[in-house]
Amino acid sequence: MFDIADIQSVEHDVIIIGAGGAGLRAAIECSKRGLSTGLICKSLLGKAHTVMAEGGVAAALGNVDNRDHWKVHFRDTMRGGKFLNVWRMAELHAKQAPDRVRELEEWGAVFDRTNKGLINQRNFGGHRYPRLAHVGDRTGLEIIRTLQDYGVHEGIEVYMECTGLDLIKDGDKISGMVAMWRDSGQFIIFKTGAVIMATGGGGKAWKVTSNSWEYTGDGHAMAYEAGAELIDMEFTQFHPTGMVWPPSVHGTLVTEGVRGEGGILVNSEGRRFMFDNIPKRFASETADTEKEAGRWLAGDKNARRPPELLTRDVVARAIRKEVKAGRGSPHGGAFLDIANQRSEEDIKKKLPSMYHQFKVLAELDITKDVMEVGPTLHYMMGGIRVDADTQMSRVPGLFACGECSGGMHGANRLGGNSLSDLLVFGKLAGEGVSDYIKKLNQKPQIDEDQIKSIIRNATVILNRESGENPYLLHEKLVENMQNSVGIVRTEELLSEGITKLEDMKLSYKNIKASGASQYNPGWHEALALRNLIITAESVARSALMREESRGAHTRVDFPGEKDEWLDYNIVISKNEIGEMQTNKVPREKPNKELQRIANLSMESLENEIFSEK
Amino acid sequence: MSLRNFKLYRGNDSSGQLVDYQIKVEQGMVVLDAIHRIQAKDANDLAIRWNCKAGKCGSCSVEINGKPKLACMTRMNEYKSDETISVRPLKTFPTIKDLVSDVSWNYEQNKRIPPFKPDPSEKDEKGNYKMFQEDVDRIQEFRKCIECYLCQNVCHVLRDHNSKDSFVGPRFMIRLAGLDMHPLDKEDRIPAVKEDFGSGMCNITRCCTDVCPEHIQITDNGIIPLKERVVDRFYDPLIWLWKKLFKNQA
Repeated sequence: MFDIADIQSVEHDVIIIGAGGAGLRAAIECSKRGLSTGLICKSLLGKAHTVMAEGGVAAALGNVDNRDHWKVHFRDTMRGGKFLNVWRMAELHAKQAPDRVRELEEWGAVFDRTNKGLINQRNFGGHRYPRLAHVGDRTGLEIIRTLQDYGVHEGIEVYMECTGLDLIKDGDKISGMVAMWRDSGQFIIFKTGAVIMATGGGGKAWKVTSNSWEYTGDGHAMAYEAGAELIDMEFTQFHPTGMVWPPSVHGTLVTEGVRGEGGILVNSEGRRFMFDNIPKRFASETADTEKEAGRWLAGDKNARRPPELLTRDVVARAIRKEVKAGRGSPHGGAFLDIANQRSEEDIKKKLPSMYHQFKVLAELDITKDVMEVGPTLHYMMGGIRVDADTQMSRVPGLFACGECSGGMHGANRLGGNSLSDLLVFGKLAGEGVSDYIKKLNQKPQIDEDQIKSIIRNATVILNRESGENPYLLHEKLVENMQNSVGIVRTEELLSEGITKLEDMKLSYKNIKASGASQYNPGWHEALALRNLIITAESVARSALMREESRGAHTRVDFPGEKDEWLDYNIVISKNEIGEMQTNKVPREKPNKELQRIANLSMESLENEIFSEK
Repeated sequence: MSLRNFKLYRGNDSSGQLVDYQIKVEQGMVVLDAIHRIQAKDANDLAIRWNCKAGKCGSCSVEINGKPKLACMTRMNEYKSDETISVRPLKTFPTIKDLVSDVSWNYEQNKRIPPFKPDPSEKDEKGNYKMFQEDVDRIQEFRKCIECYLCQNVCHVLRDHNSKDSFVGPRFMIRLAGLDMHPLDKEDRIPAVKEDFGSGMCNITRCCTDVCPEHIQITDNGIIPLKERVVDRFYDPLIWLWKKLFKNQA
């Protein structure tokens, strides 16, 4: 048996798990507010998935179209989320995003410029006006590097290649976390008054995904185990345009910016099928002829947006429908054409990394040929349930921001609203923690038994004589989620999927990683699998309970939105006997003014804003 | 589908060797895919860093048949079908295990660079700074850097002479250049570029530029202009004379 005194132990006021945009922004805020701040990340600093975000960050700066206003951004966000968003979060987000973007410029970010020298903004799906501040198609890189380069001078202590295992509590309060250094396999104990989860999503539970190995729902699962609730887990975003060929890059993201810059979707018969897929809710704001769409691309402010820029859930389902009907591309996708819409020079200037990505990985020149694209699991709208203003979960001292928190995006997230979400709620989480720590009378204590049990759960995987191979179990998991909890769901499929997940939970109890503890990917995979299975189960169970189709959640057996379901969220938590509990929880009544704004016609809202100005 | 031969470095900084593996490879695969397949099938504990698998994060830097590359952007069909592919970790940095290098030195260098310093009084009433595209084009080139450290790995000063105490390397020279050429930045880093960061050590062999996966013109657009600024400041005969005549004023 090991002695806890031999294990490395550090103390901070707050630790943040995850160093993407949300974690970094939260860490900066904590540090600025005088807290001793530890930032823990599984990869090297600057490699988190924020770096992959391409299209831009949504903020109603109004630099390109001065009609833009937080109210319009808010309205777009609510409609994109099919009105299931936490109203207050969508409000805070729309109001604060512009300042968060300007602040990045203050910290050294260099966005593309308008001809007046301001931050340039581009069109994106579901956004009324050009709203995405961007840098070509590498906006995420710009944001993460800016936060990183700024943050290293703010006194944040960074723990790189360090994996959080589980949280420690003192009574009901958070008091620390046990983690593991990936290189040495040694454990480390963090003593802290608060934890901010900023761990991103759990896309690695699906076979076709744009997510890397890191996205295993660690924050979701650690929070769940510690008593927090998960909300809206049934809403998993399938990005409509992932690469489909060659097989090794199946799922790799193709930015929505391609469509924002004028790219069109066509089927094998050459038809622009998005014109056949315009939902009623968006009909009055969407072009219904190719001619009008063409005028929009040429900059006509009176023309309506092309249907390729409908929300992601709509476009993903439309592509799937074309493929199912036998009108897909040779490798089972749809054609995405920018080559015939924009000049070679424009494409290389506006979409350089897409050009490079296709050139190298698919040996295809997107300035000359059409791409093949299909849906890929990209983002989880659901996550840890937190208070909209403080970002604290129901566990005192446990906070969450970014993708691993839930509520902001409702049933479907608009492109560009993720980067802004990270910044807005990263900062708010930092403020929330700061207030919480100030009010904390005494530092919560660390309990040795909890530490021992966390470490035992991790080491038993290595010490077992034999058992399940983590790679094979992961393969089973992704097959199951892809088939049973995919874009289109039914009770039968979901129930079958849950039964299989139950089997996998049993298999997991006997998981075995070979080799030693130093930099052992097999062991890391096994540790992550626990989290991934919890996350996957929460998605499957929530999806089974929600008997309607809304946003990213499509039930063939319950087509269409059902008004009565708009009054409920599905909330997951762990019950007293350790089982996953799924509850239908009534939503808070929205603030009247917010409700009014979200339901105004675009014309009335534009007039209202115009007269205010 | 074809069977391909690999030699992968297994071990750490003090001891290790290339180990033979054979794996089936399909159309369109990159070297990282093949390594993952070996890892899942024959070597569960084989260590390699990776993330985005699309050339955007710069995690999977290794040396493939002697050439520093991103494993995720190196297609298998770049090599002849009977060619053995050998993969080693970056030579310039210590090996932690197998194909994973300890690149922490680079993070320490980044911390030493004085941060971006704008003048907030230049903001307009809405809080916007003004910069024009033509003035930021050149620094946007440097900001494409994904910190893969392949340039650091091939830099002769760092690789062959191990002069890590006197030169920050190409990655941080372009970061310094990006700050120095930033239209809003007010900090003077030129003395530090010369003294602390060792701009004089670079002898412009352009090896860094050759390996940059982002095709940044590191030497021509970044390092050379920085060197020129240092020369203008410290070696310009007129300025030298000025300094002699009016001490403490230049």
